[in-house]
Amino acid sequence: MAIDAAALAAGVPPPLAQGVVIDGFRLDEPLHQGGMATLWRVTRLDGSDPLPIIMKVPRIKGGDDPTTVVGFEVEQMILPALAGPHVPRYIAKGDFTGQPYIVMERIGGDSLRARLDRAPLPVDEVVDIGWKVATALHDLHRQHVVHLDVKPSNILFRQSGDAVLVDFGLSRHDRLPDLLEEEFELPMGTAPYMSPEQVQFVRNDPRSDLFSLGVMLYHFTTGQRPFGNPSSVRGLRKRLFHDPAPPRALRADCPPWLQEIVLRCLEVDPARRHQSGAQLAFELQNPEQVVLTQRAENRPAGGIGRSMKRWFAAMGAEPKASGATVQTARSPIVLAAVDVASAEPPLLEAIQVAVQRVVQTEPGARLACLAVMKTNYIGMDELMDADGRSRHVNLLVQLKHWARPVVQALTAAKTLAPHEQDARITFHVIEAPDPAAAIVEYARKNQVDHIVMGARSSSMLRRYLGSVSAQVVAESDCTVTVVRAPDAAH
Amino acid sequence: MKLALLTDLHANRDAVEAVVAHAAAQGAGRYAFLGDFVGYGAEPGWVVDFVAEHVRRGAVAVLGNHDSAVVRGPAPTMVAQAREVVAWTRSRLTDAQLAFLAALPPSVVEDDRLYVHANAYAPTDWGYIVTRIEAIRSLHATEARVTFCGHVHEPRLFHLTATGKAGEFMPVPDVPIPLSGQRQWLVIPGSAGQPRDGNPAACYAMFDLPTRTLTYHRVPYDNEAAAAKIRAAGLPPRLAERLLDGD
Repeated sequence: MAIDAAALAAGVPPPLAQGVVIDGFRLDEPLHQGGMATLWRVTRLDGSDPLPIIMKVPRIKGGDDPTTVVGFEVEQMILPALAGPHVPRYIAKGDFTGQPYIVMERIGGDSLRARLDRAPLPVDEVVDIGWKVATALHDLHRQHVVHLDVKPSNILFRQSGDAVLVDFGLSRHDRLPDLLEEEFELPMGTAPYMSPEQVQFVRNDPRSDLFSLGVMLYHFTTGQRPFGNPSSVRGLRKRLFHDPAPPRALRADCPPWLQEIVLRCLEVDPARRHQSGAQLAFELQNPEQVVLTQRAENRPAGGIGRSMKRWFAAMGAEPKASGATVQTARSPIVLAAVDVASAEPPLLEAIQVAVQRVVQTEPGARLACLAVMKTNYIGMDELMDADGRSRHVNLLVQLKHWARPVVQALTAAKTLAPHEQDARITFHVIEAPDPAAAIVEYARKNQVDHIVMGARSSSMLRRYLGSVSAQVVAESDCTVTVVRAPDAAH
Repeated sequence: MKLALLTDLHANRDAVEAVVAHAAAQGAGRYAFLGDFVGYGAEPGWVVDFVAEHVRRGAVAVLGNHDSAVVRGPAPTMVAQAREVVAWTRSRLTDAQLAFLAALPPSVVEDDRLYVHANAYAPTDWGYIVTRIEAIRSLHATEARVTFCGHVHEPRLFHLTATGKAGEFMPVPDVPIPLSGQRQWLVIPGSAGQPRDGNPAACYAMFDLPTRTLTYHRVPYDNEAAAAKIRAAGLPPRLAERLLDGD
């Protein structure tokens, strides 16, 4: 189709149709017509983007429509600032002075929306969705952005299995101006998924996204929405005062630990939720380590007492968020990789002290204690015998014993109840032929922020056996503290 | 093309040299100076010559209240501390330097950009933009999409939509901010020569014209040397101290 030169000259964008070329992108096929935007499959005529790409064009509904316009402006500002596997790659944008658009990578496949109709889903599937989305959210939060519209239709999956978040029209970047802050008199978000603080106009708490993910997980687990789909602000505010029915009351085979996790996501006070996406993903991947509280009980929903309790929590939940960056940095996952079986006592003690320092400075930190049980490359089945099992248990016992002073110090220093302290420290024994590779892999998979580990004290041993810590330092993505025991000779 | 925006240089040679070195390393192709080249600091002559040289090479420069005070006498609203320095500054400038200041325009418009020292509604009455109220007033007074101004020594970014919604933002150094064409923007880079937000590092901003991306920067400089020069010149000691603590 030829472009109307006169219309272009007058600054009027040509009507969107197949074959129209906008700034070097040819519209090939309309893919999706949403409430706010239309998506087109496009081709870059200069061939520099051979992979599938799409153009998102806002639907401007007659005259001024601040919702669409500002939301699109926000997405045009935030998407280019994002990178990595959990967002579509940004390619180009067009200003409102001509045809407004954003061109980005096309993520194939259906959104999670399609799976809502199949809910309740098998528990394994719910958990798989949960940890993948929590991992994606953590990555987003680390890039200073709170999504604020987490819902199934905004989540896609790559072939690799990575969750991809789309639609940043309501998002908040804590290092860029918030163009939406002053815009609307109503809470912004999607009614079923909106966190209590979003209802109260707080737009900078990454834990809001964890609440929305909790709503999704609740729905996928039970087939029902925890807070319905209210259409009024009054209806929205109900989530401040009413606890949802426990998932196990709606689905008998929901494991208590899953209920614990989901209801923790749905806490009205963000401080009582998981403190980061990584911490939530960690629990979903380590269900045996989830500390069960009252939340896991199959109690009846509601009741005046419960409502009052939630209401008091809601009163305490008035704005005190500090933005994605600060909140995420404040809630690190610390990994203590401890060779409890063979390290010398002075080194074990030095690691204890180092770990305690790291964990105590951040009240939101969580500590994973890890011991690697070295196995041979061949003959893995040896582990399955009684001897292997007892070695495993023995390591776990030693690891817990080693961590006791750390646990005690944390419990003494904090105002949290002992069972909540417990949830901050977990213990893991893994079996691997290459301890350094296993530690690096474990840290990567669990989005660990900081590894604390010991170094072999004798340079002779290091020379002959190699240094595990040196390999971890070289290969891991995160901060590594290598601890040495003070040398008695000096 | 990257445009470096410096304002409130205040005769602080050490700060200006550090900022310009930083801006050059960032690829600045052009400079705009938003007024107050003199006052407070010990090297007014050097700073005026520096700005004049850049203007000869195509830089934008506008008049500030301190520049005006040195040439025409202080306005009745000028604070006492600033007033003390006016006569001293004047005595240090050559006729040519005074003539350069006297010839500075109160504002400059270039494409959709306005450069002005204090505000767009009454440039030479020197009213401060402190809150959104003054920012809205200034943005209403101009057609320009982007206003660059100084006078206020703390970095700030205001924005206004066509529907009259205004926002205010405390910029984070080194984070590029795309300035959407959908709204008007008022950019205050913060003072290069006398920062007052508790951080003594010099302020400036860089605007990338093709991408309409704005980045605020903070540049540490030898503020102890600048303070020592102020003391050596016999200027009020408080003027030296505030360079050290940035308030």
